[in-house]
Amino acid sequence: MSEMECVMEIPEDAFNPVEPFLRMDRMPHIWCAGCGIGTTVNCFVRALLNSKADLDKVAIVSGIGCTGRVAGYAQMDSFHTTHGRAIPFATGLKLANPELQVVVYSGDGDLFAIGGNHFIHAARRNMDLKVICVNNMIYAMTGGQSAPTTPGHATTSTAPYGVFEPAFNLVSLAEAAGASYVARWTTYHVMQLARSMEEIFKKKGFCFIEVLSPCPTLYQRRNKMGDGLEAMKYYKKASKIRHGAPTSECALTKDGEIVVGKFVDRDRPDYLELLRSQMVESLGERYAEPEMACEDAEVTCSL
Amino acid sequence: MHADPKGVLTGVHFLDGDHACCEGTLAAGARFSAGYPITPSTEVVERFASRIPTVGGIFIQMEDELAASIAIQGAVWGGAKAFTVTSGPGYSLMMEHIGYAAMTETPCVFVNVQRGGPSTGLPTLPAQADMMQARWGSHGDYGIVALCPSSPQECFDLTIEAFNLSEEFRVPVMMMLDECVGHMTEKVVIPKAEEIEITPRRFTKEPPEKFHVYEPKENQVPEMVQAGAGYRFHITGLTHDERGYPNMNIDAQDRLVRRLQDKLKPLANGRGLCETENLEDAEVVVVSYGITARVAQRALQLARRRGIRAGKFRLITAWPFPLERIRELAGRVKAFVVPELNLGQMVYEVERAAAGQAAVLSVTHAGGGVHDPEAILNAIVEAARL
Ligand SMILES: Cc1ncc(C[n+]2csc(CCOP(=O)(O)OP(=O)(O)O)c2C)c(N)n1
Ligand code: SF4
Ligand SMILES: [Mg+2]
Repeated sequence: MSEMECVMEIPEDAFNPVEPFLRMDRMPHIWCAGCGIGTTVNCFVRALLNSKADLDKVAIVSGIGCTGRVAGYAQMDSFHTTHGRAIPFATGLKLANPELQVVVYSGDGDLFAIGGNHFIHAARRNMDLKVICVNNMIYAMTGGQSAPTTPGHATTSTAPYGVFEPAFNLVSLAEAAGASYVARWTTYHVMQLARSMEEIFKKKGFCFIEVLSPCPTLYQRRNKMGDGLEAMKYYKKASKIRHGAPTSECALTKDGEIVVGKFVDRDRPDYLELLRSQMVESLGERYAEPEMACEDAEVTCSL
Repeated sequence: MHADPKGVLTGVHFLDGDHACCEGTLAAGARFSAGYPITPSTEVVERFASRIPTVGGIFIQMEDELAASIAIQGAVWGGAKAFTVTSGPGYSLMMEHIGYAAMTETPCVFVNVQRGGPSTGLPTLPAQADMMQARWGSHGDYGIVALCPSSPQECFDLTIEAFNLSEEFRVPVMMMLDECVGHMTEKVVIPKAEEIEITPRRFTKEPPEKFHVYEPKENQVPEMVQAGAGYRFHITGLTHDERGYPNMNIDAQDRLVRRLQDKLKPLANGRGLCETENLEDAEVVVVSYGITARVAQRALQLARRRGIRAGKFRLITAWPFPLERIRELAGRVKAFVVPELNLGQMVYEVERAAAGQAAVLSVTHAGGGVHDPEAILNAIVEAARL
């Protein structure tokens, strides 16, 4: 503990560059001390800052869960949807208003259990969505039940004698389903994570970043893995950066090696490009470009 | 405001109800649809898929009905008018997102071409057994609108009405077809675009710094925004305050949930649509809707021939239910006869409205076909004898 103790004077005019990106009127947030979700949000904001994104044109969509609360704290058009359905909501939003940068920010249970079907189909379509999954290997919001990402031998509130179901390897799943970009980091890798996020803001198509993140309250503690700090030490020690590693070799275990890095970065036409070229091929001049969103919300919709 | 001529197929057509419904969506200004195939409703989106690329919009076939029913809501917040279409099992899957649309006040249209149930039931055959599900199928208290067309022409007309009501009240609106109406082919007249009234989305005129996304405005309905317009708003299915922020307190819940129902009161009282005949002297009134109203028409004719003073009350707006009008009739008629292609659903509402002032006879049918007019006639005769 002592190594963490430090006393810092905060000057009165201190300015946190992250604040303009967050709904400060909603602070304090709900996340526990030592939780990794806030760290990922910090990286997300850094990435937005560095990429000089126009926040009026960024929309964030979350499902339900501790991670699902991210949308509610982001100072931009933000949608807290239903459990598992952030991706299909984001799909409709993106197609109606393609100039938006649509980010999906949700948990491992949300995106890969109840929402797993939507994930693989959006990846298959190469929908231009930036999907960030905070993988805490557990259903945290509901009290620490097993997720499809919980590694074997870990215990959860619904697997008190240990998990024996094999877990998903998310990066391999994303690659196989067709994602254009696939990376994994941990909340220890804040610089790399922020850079990766910045990179996907610039990339077209379905992009996926898995962030391994501690849930000290419900996962680490039950599994005697210590607090948030212990998790950082483990991430630091066990991580190997291997860009381009075959995703099939990157499965996670309870306390083994964590392969991180950018695994996939490929160019495929995205959904809207595919749609357009097929329609032009079939319909020629008769094809009418989709016109759905009103340019200016103050102007009465002309459709 | 008038319809955009790009979507309006002006002319006299020979269309089935599903296709007419699709033309209604286009005339209403819908430019986005997400669907998942299911009999007997698929023709609506098949036609949309073939028409929309030349009108300027998108159809996407999603991976399931959960996806379809939330993708349309993403599109609405992106600025589009949007709808989805389904039947039977698909409608059951959409329930969570009907609740989400009600809670987030997302204007959108759900078309349900009813088939026999429960479960996979009778995929190709008619029923009207989703009427209570349409009203109450998602968890919690909320309000919706449901319209019941009886002909392909009404499938066109009422679909436009469905979009208009969804924009006015910011509720999900259910188009409750049945397999017969969906698959029957009749003359459909599509007017000129300038003869079609469209309710525009009620976008706010407030600047972002003054705007609260769920502040009740005219008729308790908040004003709309769309993503990308600089408002940086927040939408959640959690109980929320006027800023759209989650608020887990009893007062916030009470204020919000009551408003979600109460805002539909103008529709319940007076503005609901119905078709009536011979109510002036009626001693027996047949209350019906959809295809069953057309079968009942024959029974009404036969009853009049026998000298029974039978009147007709065809529900077009099934939800909100026209409680006041039925209650008023109950004070001066002997009985209501309520035939439906189910084991008794809307009849509960008629009973509730009649409140013992008049008898209520249910004429049930488990679905798969339509009533024999004789069955309805027998009930009318029995009611007249009371
Ligand atoms: C349809 C539905 N089923 C179940 C729930 C309950 N529920 C809320 S969050 C959650 C799991 C969240 O896990 P994850 O996505 O990993 O998010 P975390 O809390 O771990 O960040 C569940 C099962 C729900 N809200 N909706
Ligand atoms: S329960 Fe776990 S995931 Fe949720 S806020 Fe607490 S530490 Fe974070
Ligand atoms: Mg989780």
